[in-house]
Amino acid sequence: MSILISLFAAACVLAGAFFFIAGTLGLLRFGDTLSRVHALTKADNLGLGLIVLGLLPLADSLADALKLVLIWALVLLGGTTAAQLVASAVRRDQRPPE
Amino acid sequence: MTGWMLDLPLALGLFGAGAATLAARSLFGAVLGFISTGLIATLVWVRLEAPDVALTEAVIGAAATSVIILYVASRIGGGAAAPAPPHIALRILAAILSALLAVLLALALLALPEQAPSLAGPVLERIAPTGLGNPVTAVLMAHRAIDTLLESAVLVFAVFAIWSMAPDRRWGRAPGPAFVAEPHGPLAFLARVLPPIGIVIGIYIAWVGADAPGGKFQGGAVLAAMWVLPWIAGLIAPPSISDMRLRLAIAAGPLVFLMVGLAGFVWAEGFLAYPPGFAKLLILLIETAMTLSVAVAMACMIAGPPERRPQP
Repeated sequence: MSILISLFAAACVLAGAFFFIAGTLGLLRFGDTLSRVHALTKADNLGLGLIVLGLLPLADSLADALKLVLIWALVLLGGTTAAQLVASAVRRDQRPPE
Repeated sequence: MTGWMLDLPLALGLFGAGAATLAARSLFGAVLGFISTGLIATLVWVRLEAPDVALTEAVIGAAATSVIILYVASRIGGGAAAPAPPHIALRILAAILSALLAVLLALALLALPEQAPSLAGPVLERIAPTGLGNPVTAVLMAHRAIDTLLESAVLVFAVFAIWSMAPDRRWGRAPGPAFVAEPHGPLAFLARVLPPIGIVIGIYIAWVGADAPGGKFQGGAVLAAMWVLPWIAGLIAPPSISDMRLRLAIAAGPLVFLMVGLAGFVWAEGFLAYPPGFAKLLILLIETAMTLSVAVAMACMIAGPPERRPQP
């Protein structure tokens, strides 16, 4: 059973790390700001989400597990807001001067 | 073995982020480098098993300071172009002095004895009378309380210094610039959703400092952020700097600390001594007042001196 849990945790964390690497690559390589924001949100949402999912069965107590989920939820909230703000700043800059 | 695989990227990353900060061509890039340096330094402290320092580095070094310099950078340069670099002689002098400091620090590090002198043992032996579970807090609040008292007074002077930048005609107005509210924008949404969670987390971090990593500075900084956020979103207006409640909130922590310290002459052995059996209660009282002061003072530092209001 514990081997299964370890395998599950390792698979989830590795998958999460993959999304972080892919998101970073997108951030560095994509041409325009909106695409870069799009790449970055994948690292926040899926990457951290999968890492938290993998760590959940390893948490010592229910409180620790809930704290992990809370961290993910807060990063989602912060990342989403930052992405929206960056996108609206891009739109404002691109608007032709009146 | 695995520790080495973590430490090497961290050490290289710290040097890289520092170098990127120095080599950045724009002011904005340099600030981003500084933020990255702070974040990696936080991880380094975690690896050194100093979670209390890591928390402070994350909250003060990487977050609060970064907000302030990011704001300053956007004010003075628009964030785009770097200001004219100083004279070449000045830069060479700065480089020589920095290199000298680095060499001296490296020599000091190499000269450390194999068995570092440590007071950890005596601290752990004398932790019981304080009623605390976290030795770091016991040192800060009991064994070296005088240092913490002076540190807390620095906060008040920092707010003084910032407010004294205000021109006479704006004295008594609200601190900082006024932000335009966008009631249905994403920032306003975050400013409505996050504070209820952040306030609980801030109080929790301050409270848990008695037994685990945390404390007034870390918790107070989170509380300050929860005040600054709705203010930047334009949902709330900060009080005027002549508001007595604001001034009292900033002074409360050092004031309570000083009064408890002076009372030590009456009910205990002397200045900043706690009467037996009441140490935990008094430390809690000081920590509570200090958390409030740290939160309000830090929010005022981020806000800056009173500024011109935009015409409605």
